[in-house]
Amino acid sequence: MATTELLNITPLPMQVTPADWPGGYWWHWVFFTIVIIAFVLIMVMGAIYIERRGMARMQSRLGPNRTGPFGLLQPVADAVKVLLKENIVPATADKIVHWLAPIVAFAPVLMIFTVIPFQNGALLADLNIGILYIVAISSVATVGTFMAGWGSGNKYSLLGAMRNIAAVVSYEIPMVLAIVGVVMVSGSLSMNQIVAGQDIPYILMQPLGFLIFFIAACAEINRSPFDLMEADSELTAGFHTEYSGMKFAMFYLVEYAEAIAMSAIITTLFLSGWRGPLLPPWLWFIIKTFIVFFVMVWTRTTLPRVRIDQLMGLAWKFLFPLALINLFVTAIQVVVWPDISQWIFVIVNIAIAGALILLWSKFFKLGQGRIEV
Amino acid sequence: MKFERYGIGIIKGMAVTIKHLLRHPTVTQFPEQRLNISRRSRGNELVWSRERCTGCATCAKACPQGAIEIVTAANMDENKYEVEKYRVDTGYCIQCGLCVEACPYDALFLGYSYERAKYRRNELIQTDDELLENPERPASGYFHPEIAEKLPKQTLLIEKIVEKREK
Repeated sequence: MATTELLNITPLPMQVTPADWPGGYWWHWVFFTIVIIAFVLIMVMGAIYIERRGMARMQSRLGPNRTGPFGLLQPVADAVKVLLKENIVPATADKIVHWLAPIVAFAPVLMIFTVIPFQNGALLADLNIGILYIVAISSVATVGTFMAGWGSGNKYSLLGAMRNIAAVVSYEIPMVLAIVGVVMVSGSLSMNQIVAGQDIPYILMQPLGFLIFFIAACAEINRSPFDLMEADSELTAGFHTEYSGMKFAMFYLVEYAEAIAMSAIITTLFLSGWRGPLLPPWLWFIIKTFIVFFVMVWTRTTLPRVRIDQLMGLAWKFLFPLALINLFVTAIQVVVWPDISQWIFVIVNIAIAGALILLWSKFFKLGQGRIEV
Repeated sequence: MKFERYGIGIIKGMAVTIKHLLRHPTVTQFPEQRLNISRRSRGNELVWSRERCTGCATCAKACPQGAIEIVTAANMDENKYEVEKYRVDTGYCIQCGLCVEACPYDALFLGYSYERAKYRRNELIQTDDELLENPERPASGYFHPEIAEKLPKQTLLIEKIVEKREK
């Protein structure tokens, strides 16, 4: 179905050297690198503000409102404070690993944004394997987390890092399977072409895939209710307990940059990216990213933290089989009925998603009780 | 078929949080806005009446912390005790109100104060005339219903919680 639609769209040529850029490719590279770094930093500030204020209002509080009008400068004040703080390295720490960990964690998050289109063709590198690149690169951040846990020389940090590895390795599978559904429908791995082919947002075409991807993404980046590796009440911030000053700031930045990156990926894959009426495309992209991030904050405020066995059970007993079934159903639809109107599949797929969730909730048992999904 | 188990529970919870997002927050901006204190509040200071006090030192005996020190002298001309020194260390006070309950002549009351942080411990000690009642330190209605009747009723509702502060 989508393959025929794709033929109508003229695919963007892979431009190694854009002709209209004076000086060739390097200007393009420098410009988008600066744009991406600025974008990530500004979006992280916005995200911190939305998270703290939104969460406060959901808990009947006001949130930070002392710094600047409506507390808008609070992230700036926090950043200044944290940068001026003393940098303490524990005596038992593995010094080099401890020092490298924040950088190893931060670099991949920035690299995710290289293939995310801000508007049609406006991206650092229009890789034809864009989404595969994201899947590959986003896992590297976990290495940074584990280095932090190991290098701290603290058993609780190591415990947090171990939990993180377990969660990321488990949730990678349903996440990738959910992505494959989208890739099959759109018929391309390039992020720009996935957006270009999305006449109907894939959240409607792939409702089950969206749910699986959203839950898996929340677990990937360790946001509540899956924030086991930070678990304030058990591990006191887990892997970054021993970090202070600038290095802690890096981890804090990574946490929110990852959330923004995942929101941007969800926007691109499921919410038709930069496409939208009236407003300029890049603004649509930012608005949609923030909406997805708000839903993440919303779930974080609502749901309590799961146990480690519930976390694993949810990944392997619930999300993984559903992702496989979703993949199978999508494959049949793409291969057998390529020419039917996509709106039929929208209705069919939403019905299938509802039925499957009901059915699996019936089957899904964990220990003595039943996890409420 | 209980639908709580099929994801409805999560949706209900999400509805609750979004309702809280849209309603007005229930906090006070403390230094600028204050809730009205209960008129029977047991504050961290004593209000003492020199006229009514006979120097019997029942309050000092009742105090579990030994925070009250009273020194009296016999006035032979008028045939009565006279209080030479009345000294309360509010650093020791646990605001139990036993001294107020013990006083047989209604000469002792609790105050309203709850922000009496000081830099030095001896600044917490109040003596003689510092303990007298004045408009800044009114007597609380604790154990004295006749005072409580006259005080304004307590309410936890302040006019409106706003973000703007008075500069």
